Amino acid sequence: MSTLHRFHGGIHPAEHKQESSERPIARAPLPQQLVLPLLQHIGARAKAVVQAGDRVLKGELIAYAEGTVSAALHAPTSGTVLAVEPRAVPHPSGLPDVCIVIEPDGADQWDEHPSFDFCPLSKAELLARLRDGGIVGLGGATFPTHVKMATLVQTLVLNGAECEPWITTDDRLMRERAAEIVEGIAVLRHLVSPSKIVVGIEDNKPLAIAAMRQACAGTDIEVIAIPTLYPSGGERQLIKILTGKEVPSGRRPLDIGVACTNVATAYAVHRVVNHGEPLMARVVTVTGNVAAPQNIEVPLGMSIAEVVRLAGGALPGTTGYILGGPMMGLHVTDTSLPLVKSTNCIIVKSDRLFPPAAPTLPCIRCTRCAQVCPAELQPQDLYWFAKGRELDKAESYHLFDCIECGACSYVCPSSIPLVQYYRYAKSEVQAQHRERAAADHARERHEARLSRIERDKREKAEKLAEKERAAALARQQAEAAAVSPPSADDAQALIQAALQRVRAQAAAPKNTDNLTPEQRAQIAEAEARRAQAQPVAHVATPKD
Amino acid sequence: MFAPSFVTQPIGVPAIMRRVMLALLPGIAAYVWFYGPAILVSLTLASVTALAVEAAMLKLRERPIRPFLSDYSALLTAWLLALSIPPLAPWWLVVVGTAFAISVAKHLYGGLGNNPFNPAMIGYAVLIVSFPVQMTHWLAPHGLAQLDLDLAGQLAYIFGGQLPGNAVLDALTTATPLDTLKTQLHLDRAVADIFGLPIYGYLGGKGSEVVALGFLLGGLYLLATRIITWHVPAAFLGTLFATAGLFYLIDPAHYVAPLFHWVSGAAMLGAFFILTDPVSGPTTPRGKLIFAAGAGFLTYIIRVFGGFPDGVAFATLLMNICVPLIDAYTQPKVYGTKGGGR
Repeated sequence: MSTLHRFHGGIHPAEHKQESSERPIARAPLPQQLVLPLLQHIGARAKAVVQAGDRVLKGELIAYAEGTVSAALHAPTSGTVLAVEPRAVPHPSGLPDVCIVIEPDGADQWDEHPSFDFCPLSKAELLARLRDGGIVGLGGATFPTHVKMATLVQTLVLNGAECEPWITTDDRLMRERAAEIVEGIAVLRHLVSPSKIVVGIEDNKPLAIAAMRQACAGTDIEVIAIPTLYPSGGERQLIKILTGKEVPSGRRPLDIGVACTNVATAYAVHRVVNHGEPLMARVVTVTGNVAAPQNIEVPLGMSIAEVVRLAGGALPGTTGYILGGPMMGLHVTDTSLPLVKSTNCIIVKSDRLFPPAAPTLPCIRCTRCAQVCPAELQPQDLYWFAKGRELDKAESYHLFDCIECGACSYVCPSSIPLVQYYRYAKSEVQAQHRERAAADHARERHEARLSRIERDKREKAEKLAEKERAAALARQQAEAAAVSPPSADDAQALIQAALQRVRAQAAAPKNTDNLTPEQRAQIAEAEARRAQAQPVAHVATPKD
Repeated sequence: MFAPSFVTQPIGVPAIMRRVMLALLPGIAAYVWFYGPAILVSLTLASVTALAVEAAMLKLRERPIRPFLSDYSALLTAWLLALSIPPLAPWWLVVVGTAFAISVAKHLYGGLGNNPFNPAMIGYAVLIVSFPVQMTHWLAPHGLAQLDLDLAGQLAYIFGGQLPGNAVLDALTTATPLDTLKTQLHLDRAVADIFGLPIYGYLGGKGSEVVALGFLLGGLYLLATRIITWHVPAAFLGTLFATAGLFYLIDPAHYVAPLFHWVSGAAMLGAFFILTDPVSGPTTPRGKLIFAAGAGFLTYIIRVFGGFPDGVAFATLLMNICVPLIDAYTQPKVYGTKGGGR
């Protein structure tokens, strides 16, 4: 049994798990329409391979992963592609994004979907299968799993903490499908060859812990009950709890030999390997102001309205919907939005369950936020800097180590929406970095151009001078020749010489051959700059 | 569309302020027991003044009046100031001090959350510099004065300056135990002798030591309910004790035992209620320790070697000046920067 470690701070919000955790996972019937955004993971948009009018089968690839960090997308049922067009998607920006819209035909007819034995596969092949199976982290961050599992690690951490209030998808999944999760873990073990595998589950889920322990009996997988304390399910916090190690600021868990993924992801891995089923459905908790709060296995792309209807429908007094948990979730009012890979919970909001916050008062520097911050930041200072647009200061006070867990806003006696300020500051800093990079690039190009012009001028002047010298020489020779008139022999010699010159000129090297190494380097540099000019907007953005 | 954290803990700024005021009650009760109801009069006067000035300033600054008036912060400032002023002071003393604290020390700096100095201590500093005489007429505890006033008598003096018969103020007031000690030491009397004087009780001044214990009790309540953290009281009282103890060890005839400093003057009030003011104090845990330790040291120095009756107010203000510096140099390491990750 490993010893547990503590992360700094944390809070105990009311759990509200009982509401939805006691009903078994229901299976959703086929909806009228499915809307599948091409971007429902971290990374590059998937590339659509279907168009309006195409017929697709269940499990058929409809968009492939483009680039390294991306994930594929599949038709959750058989039907017809109605459109590939921008639609409203669940994203904080509220901007529409390209989606594939499918009308199910009701037959639910499978495409070929062979399961496969992963043991003889090379690692690269298996990773490609995960990528083409659309597997991403299902805890909410939706980082493509094949990227995370590409490196060997010492410790594989399975995240079953599920620390946000109201959400119970992982709880139900572990209770009902523990054996399948363990099979998924076996695949991951094959990929990252860890010497230690731990499953961390908050101790408010005793039945899930028991089920997982039973399923792991006889294996070396350790199932560990961790104290219930939000945000123990944060990747960095869970790693600290289970291993005692801290992921260095600005780095990833892989850098300290740890890979961490959600239990639901392990389940999805099992489905794709042992059943040939790509990720096209997920378990979602529907709870809050609904008639029958519960977990439902829903095809991706189903609308919020339809999912909520499956849980008995929203009750009177509904004021909106939270996608995700109440601490970090996204508030939406448009029920036509589709459920995506990251949607682990839909909370139907009412003023009774979620009373509006008290009016915001000034910060009194009480540092309750600093006392609960799991990243050990000074949120009151970050707030001050964000508010005053002192972005450099905010950055030097580790703005980007903020995991946006919302613990600070939760305890703030002045009801300040702190995380909003941090998100704003982060986006401003990122925009600044992008601008700075673009400006640097432009400046470099400008300087390169100036030096090029300078060089051309110099070379031209040199050439001119040489020409003049040559002309002067020719004049001198001509004068010398004029003194003694040419004989017939001389004339013949002159003709020969002229012919030789013509021949030599024809065989002469072009000006791009026989360059000095410096000139070559210059050309290469210019080429590189030209190549770089395009992807300038492609600045890496920190994850989380 | 986006509003993170849809749930909040149900304790707001007003509740915090109310709880701090509640924690002042044991000390106030002891006050009334030993010195009569005059303190209640000055508390009321200060409260009314504070609310009126707060409302006026909010109106002048074009800020919403209702939410800020009901945040209890002005009332708390008023109470802390009233508790620092002699209870039998003329009414205008309380009014002037409170009005200055709220208008200048709080609102001219930007109102709640923005004042760099503790407003109550600014009010105290203004009064002791401007009206030193009125600020040193402390009531003698019951049984020690030649004359004990009832409520009517105290009211008559506070509002009209009238004393019954042809009594003089000196008949009912006395120098504080801290002041007496200083004066008597200057007369070359030994500490042990001085403590034989009737104004001294077990640890410090008769009566005032019990008031201090009342504030200690309230402070422990604030600690238990996590309104304040242990850093400030522990560092302040610890440093005060250590400094006093050092001098006492060197020369017990001329320096008083450290416990005396704990229960005298505004030490307990300062440790749990004044230095713990979050707005004008530092925010980092280490910063709090440094801030309070500095205040404890300065309090002792001012008390023993300075010219003022007590040192807590000036120690607080001097340390308030250092807060931005302290905060800047005591930033704790954040997650993932401690080199513990390997």
